[in-house]
Amino acid sequence: MASLLRSLLTRPVFKPAYTTRVVVHRRNFTCLRNTPRTTNGSFYPNLAAALVPTLLPSIGRSQADRGELPATVGITEYAQKALGEVVYVELPRADAEVEAGEVVGAVESVKSASDILSPLSGTIVEANNELGNNPKLINKSAEGDGWICKIKVDDPEDIEALMSKEDYDAHVKGMGH
Amino acid sequence: MLLPRTTRLASALRVAVNSRLNAFSRFYSSAAPRTLARTPLYDLHVARGAKMVPFAGYFMPVLYSDESVGESHNWVREKAGLFDVSHMVQHRLTGPGALPFLHSVTPSDLTRLPQFRSTLSVFLHPVTGGIVDDLIITSHGPDGFYLVTNAACKDKDLAYIARNMKPFASDVKHEVLTGQGLVALQGPLAKDILTEYLSGLTGSPVDLSKLYFGASMFVEIPSLGEKLHVVRAGYTGEDGFEISISEKNTETVTTGLLDVGSIGGRIRLSGLGARDSLRLEAGMCLYGHDLDDTTTPIEAGLKWVVGKTRAMDGNFLGAETISGQYDSWSIVPRRRVGFLVEGAPAREGAEIVERGTDNVIGKITSGCPSPTLGKNIAMGYVRSGFHKRATEVGIKVRGKKHSGIVTKMPFVETKYYKAP
Repeated sequence: MASLLRSLLTRPVFKPAYTTRVVVHRRNFTCLRNTPRTTNGSFYPNLAAALVPTLLPSIGRSQADRGELPATVGITEYAQKALGEVVYVELPRADAEVEAGEVVGAVESVKSASDILSPLSGTIVEANNELGNNPKLINKSAEGDGWICKIKVDDPEDIEALMSKEDYDAHVKGMGH
Repeated sequence: MLLPRTTRLASALRVAVNSRLNAFSRFYSSAAPRTLARTPLYDLHVARGAKMVPFAGYFMPVLYSDESVGESHNWVREKAGLFDVSHMVQHRLTGPGALPFLHSVTPSDLTRLPQFRSTLSVFLHPVTGGIVDDLIITSHGPDGFYLVTNAACKDKDLAYIARNMKPFASDVKHEVLTGQGLVALQGPLAKDILTEYLSGLTGSPVDLSKLYFGASMFVEIPSLGEKLHVVRAGYTGEDGFEISISEKNTETVTTGLLDVGSIGGRIRLSGLGARDSLRLEAGMCLYGHDLDDTTTPIEAGLKWVVGKTRAMDGNFLGAETISGQYDSWSIVPRRRVGFLVEGAPAREGAEIVERGTDNVIGKITSGCPSPTLGKNIAMGYVRSGFHKRATEVGIKVRGKKHSGIVTKMPFVETKYYKAP
């Protein structure tokens, strides 16, 4: 288990040359190992939520490295599609201290609620209150205006350890989606 | 000082796994069997872009090509949706022992069920009166009944029937209509579509205007070589029909309905996705969630399913408990009620607490955001005393308490086609 983790975390990270939103991901592989390939929902009427991977853009590597800018967290395009129409978002509190893997909120569709797991340890500096009035922003722009919260990361090195966009896309493809 | 990274991450992963366990325990427990059964409409679903999921041992369509659950739901409420429910178990009970047998295992008074009329009923556990399954019983005469039971309870129901039929074995024949198709056409435009389709198919006008809610009829279709069984019923709260078709003709009839309904853009195939939100808005129970082996029909708000004389005679499985509960609300420990919930949608398993406290008084058994109302609706059981309309409660969702208020069901007015 620990060695699986280690092998996953030593993947190369996507390092942007400029300040922009960049997608790196972390998946919860323990759950995935037991997941049948074909479906993301299995139990009418309460479809089990597809595992929702979290997205973490690094905003300008050098600045994030110095811990100067908070990292923005949301869900991915793939996750947004799997979830379906979002009707409610539960946001974390600003100033909440979170651990990597901890539940920081939830995204709800008609059929199911999915926990949002923080990909990093740190302090929440801001939650996207726009989502209170307009939860569908997540569907329209999961990796843009539909961001969920911003985290001031405890250890900028943790950002390095997350999965790159290419690897994530490849992984999603590999799951047959 | 931070712990080594691997330790931190390992513990984070453990936290993540535990917090996901709830979401996934159901996934694990309903692990897809090696081979899943297919309804007669499997190929049609796939051809029409359905997302297929395992349910009750079958591949079932949950949604079609890119539409959302909300869109599918609204279509049924506004126009007409066609559901494949062939996974449900259809039975025939025939013979002079059919009625006595059904009277031994249900609290229904079937002597008061006219021919070609249907009723909701429940199979009961001995002594406790807990519900084994809920079902629709249609009378085809004093010696013949047609039953539809839940797909998820198939093995349990068949064992229950076999076990309890022994005293009546020589007088009743039980037939499971394996492979038989069943489709549900639901929505305000359902009756026009079905009338046009059947009239076109038979070559003469078919009149459904006297087929009221809960009534059934056979429609002879020479070109198909069979008679279709049509019941004016459903599981959506809309006017609609459930049509039982032989396996070989199910796809033909379904395609026929889709073709007729496509004139004017009136019909769409509907998957299981919207079924939960539709039935919940209509205040209907789902076995395995709102009803289970521990709930009695009285607790579940289904007192009307118990015949008055049956409760008095007490000659059915579970009568020991049911008759008592029937006579006196004071011994009924809990009640199923509906809720409107503020903020986050309450879902199955959410605890209900006394307002302003942490005292648990019940649990939510079904809940979702209502696409029609734009509010969060739910149903659950509360301790008797807290069940009165307008009682305010707290409902815990992800550790936070949200206000809930006991609300009359159905949440959305039903549109059953009732006799004037």
